[in-house]
Amino acid sequence: MTSTIPELLVSAGSIEQLERYIQAGASAVLIGEAKFGMRQPGDIGADQLPEAVAAAHRLGAKAYVNVNKLFRNDELRDLPAYLRAVQEAHADGIVFGDPAVLINAREHAPELKLHWNAEMTGTNSSAASFWARRGAVRAVVARELNGEEIADLRSRIDIGLQVQAHGMTNIYHSHRNLLESYIQHIGRDATLIRKGADQGLFLVETERPDEKFPVYEDANGTHVMSPDDICLLEALDELLEAGVDSFYVEPLLKPDEYNVTVLKSYRAALEAWQQDPGAYRFNDEWLAPIRNLQNPDRELGFGFLYKEQVY
Amino acid sequence: MSQPATIEVKSRYGKRHRLAKPELLAPAGNLEKLKFAVHYGADAVYIGGQQYGLRSNADNFSFEEMREGVEFAAKYGAKVFVATNIYAHQEDLDGIADYLRELEKAGIAAIIAADPAIVEVAMKVAPKLEVHLSTQQSTMNWQAVQFWKEEGLPRVVLARETTMDEIREMKRKVDIELEVFIHGAMCSSVSGRCVLSNHFTDRDSNRGGCCQSCRWKYDLHADETSVMEPGQNLFTMGSKDLCMIQHIPDLIDAGVDSFKIEGRMKSIHYVASVVNAYRQAIDAYMDNPETYELRQEWVDEIGKAANRPLNTGFFYTVPGAEEHIYEAEEKPAPYDFAAIVTDYDEATGTAIVQQRSPFRPGMEVEFIGPGGRHFKQLVGELTDEAGNPLTVARHPLQRIRISVDHPVRPFDLMRKKIG
Repeated sequence: MTSTIPELLVSAGSIEQLERYIQAGASAVLIGEAKFGMRQPGDIGADQLPEAVAAAHRLGAKAYVNVNKLFRNDELRDLPAYLRAVQEAHADGIVFGDPAVLINAREHAPELKLHWNAEMTGTNSSAASFWARRGAVRAVVARELNGEEIADLRSRIDIGLQVQAHGMTNIYHSHRNLLESYIQHIGRDATLIRKGADQGLFLVETERPDEKFPVYEDANGTHVMSPDDICLLEALDELLEAGVDSFYVEPLLKPDEYNVTVLKSYRAALEAWQQDPGAYRFNDEWLAPIRNLQNPDRELGFGFLYKEQVY
Repeated sequence: MSQPATIEVKSRYGKRHRLAKPELLAPAGNLEKLKFAVHYGADAVYIGGQQYGLRSNADNFSFEEMREGVEFAAKYGAKVFVATNIYAHQEDLDGIADYLRELEKAGIAAIIAADPAIVEVAMKVAPKLEVHLSTQQSTMNWQAVQFWKEEGLPRVVLARETTMDEIREMKRKVDIELEVFIHGAMCSSVSGRCVLSNHFTDRDSNRGGCCQSCRWKYDLHADETSVMEPGQNLFTMGSKDLCMIQHIPDLIDAGVDSFKIEGRMKSIHYVASVVNAYRQAIDAYMDNPETYELRQEWVDEIGKAANRPLNTGFFYTVPGAEEHIYEAEEKPAPYDFAAIVTDYDEATGTAIVQQRSPFRPGMEVEFIGPGGRHFKQLVGELTDEAGNPLTVARHPLQRIRISVDHPVRPFDLMRKKIG
C-alpha cells in the first residue's frame, strides 16, 4: 500500500542552490533575506522572488519565504510592501515569529499561508492552536522537544507540523554584537570578524574542549549554533508514524555537497516509506554517505529526541 | 502607609485603578523579601509560585504565603503579581487552570505570562486575574504591542532590547500599559531565545532551569586557532547589569507605566536598597519635575548593595565592548547586610536587631530606612535579649540589643562596611 509522504524542506541562499537542492530531493525550499528573515544561508531579495518561486514551482517544489525576525519599530515600515511582493511572487507561504508579521500579512497579503515558528519557544499544542486560530496553517516546533512530545503534540493540533530532521540548530541569539565587542576588547584587528555566517569562528567552553560551537554575527545580531548535528534519519519511521508533515534540513554552515547528500538520503528513506510503510526498514546505505562527509568535529546525534530534560 | 493616588481607566476587567505615577515593581523571592520590598516603597511586587515560574531555584511561594503577602501588601496599597513565565511543555499544562484559579482566589492582581497556552487559559478561567505579557515574548515593536492589546492584555513587559525612542513611539501609537526593566541582571540573548543550558546540562532554560551558561568563559577560535593572546580575557556573553537611576525623568516622560527591578534571587538588603533609591527618585521627579535633580546618595545606595558593574542596556545605544564583563566577574559589594531592626526603645536609645551576618563592637555600620533615612555609627556594646554581654554577634537570626545613635524603626536595616 502506498502512502502520501511528508514534505522535505531545506533553506536555500540562491536560485542555483534552490534548484540543486530540489533536484537532490527537497520538495520545498525556504528562501528570503536577512532584512526580514534570520539565519538564511544567503539572500534572495524581493526582486528575485518571482524568479526563485517560479524555479521551485517548475521543479515541482514549494517555496516559502522566511519572515521570522523580531522586528523593531522602524523595521516595520518596509514590511507591507515586502509581504505584498511575496504574495505577488506566488510564494506558498511565509514563516513568522513576530505577531507584527501576522497583522501585516492579514492586511497587506491576505492570501499568504502562515507558518508559525517561534524557534525554541514553540513547545506545546495549546500555543500552536492559539496561532492556528489566528491564521497559522503550520506549527514549526522547538528542537528541544522529545519524540513522545512531538507525537503527542501532533495528535492535539489540526494544522501542519514541522520538525527539524537534520543539521545544526541555533541555541542562542542576541541582538548584541558580541564578537565585534570582544575583538575590540582584546584589541585585535576588527577585520577578523567579517559579518555573516561561515567565517570559521567557534566558541570553545573552557570545561568542554571537544565541543566547538559555531558562532557568527550578522545584521540580526550574534548567533551561536549547536556543536553537533541532529540526524533523525534512523528515527524517521517514528516521526512518520507520529504524522509529522514536514521535515526540515538545516543547510547552514555546510558545503553544498554535504546538503545534497543529506537530501538524497532523506528522499530515499521517504520513498521507501511511500512504497510500503509496513515493509519500511532503515537502511544503513542511506546514512553511510552522510557519515563519509560528516565533519569529524561534529557528532551526528538524535538531538533531544530521546532526552529527558530537568528544570 | 498612605494609599497611592490612582486614576480610573476602563478595560475588559471593568474599571481599573491605575497609579497616577509610574508603578515601581520589585522582585520578592519569599514572603520576608516581599514585606521589605513593599515597606521600602514598591507599588507592586512579583513573586514565583510553586509551578510555572522561571526561577525553579528560588524558594517560591505557597498559596498560603501568597495570601499573607497579598494581605500585607494591601495595607500599603500595593499589589502582588505572580510570574508564570515558562514556555510550557504539554506535561506542564496539566493543572494550569486550577493553579490560576487559586492565584485569583488568593488575591493575586496579575500573572506575568509569555506562553499563549497560559495567557489563554488565564483569560478564560480567572477573569479577575490580569494577564501581563512577559518580557520572554521579546516584544519590541509597536505592532506586536498592538496585537497583544487586541488580544485583551492590559500590559506588555517589553523586550530588554527596546530603546527609549521606541518606547515613546509605542506609547504614542498604542493605548496600553508598558512595563520595562530598569534595574538588575539581564539575559544577553533575546529573552527566550537561548537554550545554552539545555545543551550544556539538559536543564531547560525556558522552564526555569537556566544555569547561566552565558556567563561562562569561552575561547573564540578563528580558523582552528584562538584569537586570544597570552594574558588576555576569554570571551563571554555575560552582560553588565542594568541601572537606570540616572534616567528616571526620561523613563517617566517616555510614558513607561511600570518600572521593573530584576532579582527574585537577590537578598533583602539588595531589594530594600534598590527599591529605596528608585522610590525616592520617582517621587522627587513626580513631586516637581522642574526642580528635580539626581541625588548622589541614590546612586551610592544602589552601589552599596550591587556587586556587578552597571550600564544602561539598549535604552540609548546597542551595548558594545564596555557593556560586557570580561574581567573576573563579581566584585563583592562594599557593604554587607548585618541585621534587621525589629524593635526600638526610646528610653534607653537601644534597638533589638535580628542578626543576618556576624558583627562586633567597633565595626562601622550604617542604618537605613525607607525614604533615604540613614546614619552611620560604630557598634558599641552588644548584649543578648537577656542582657548578657556579647563580644561578637555570631548566631544567625539571634536577637541582639544594640545602642543606636539615632532612633530607628522596625524594618530598618543595618549594614556593615567590608574591608
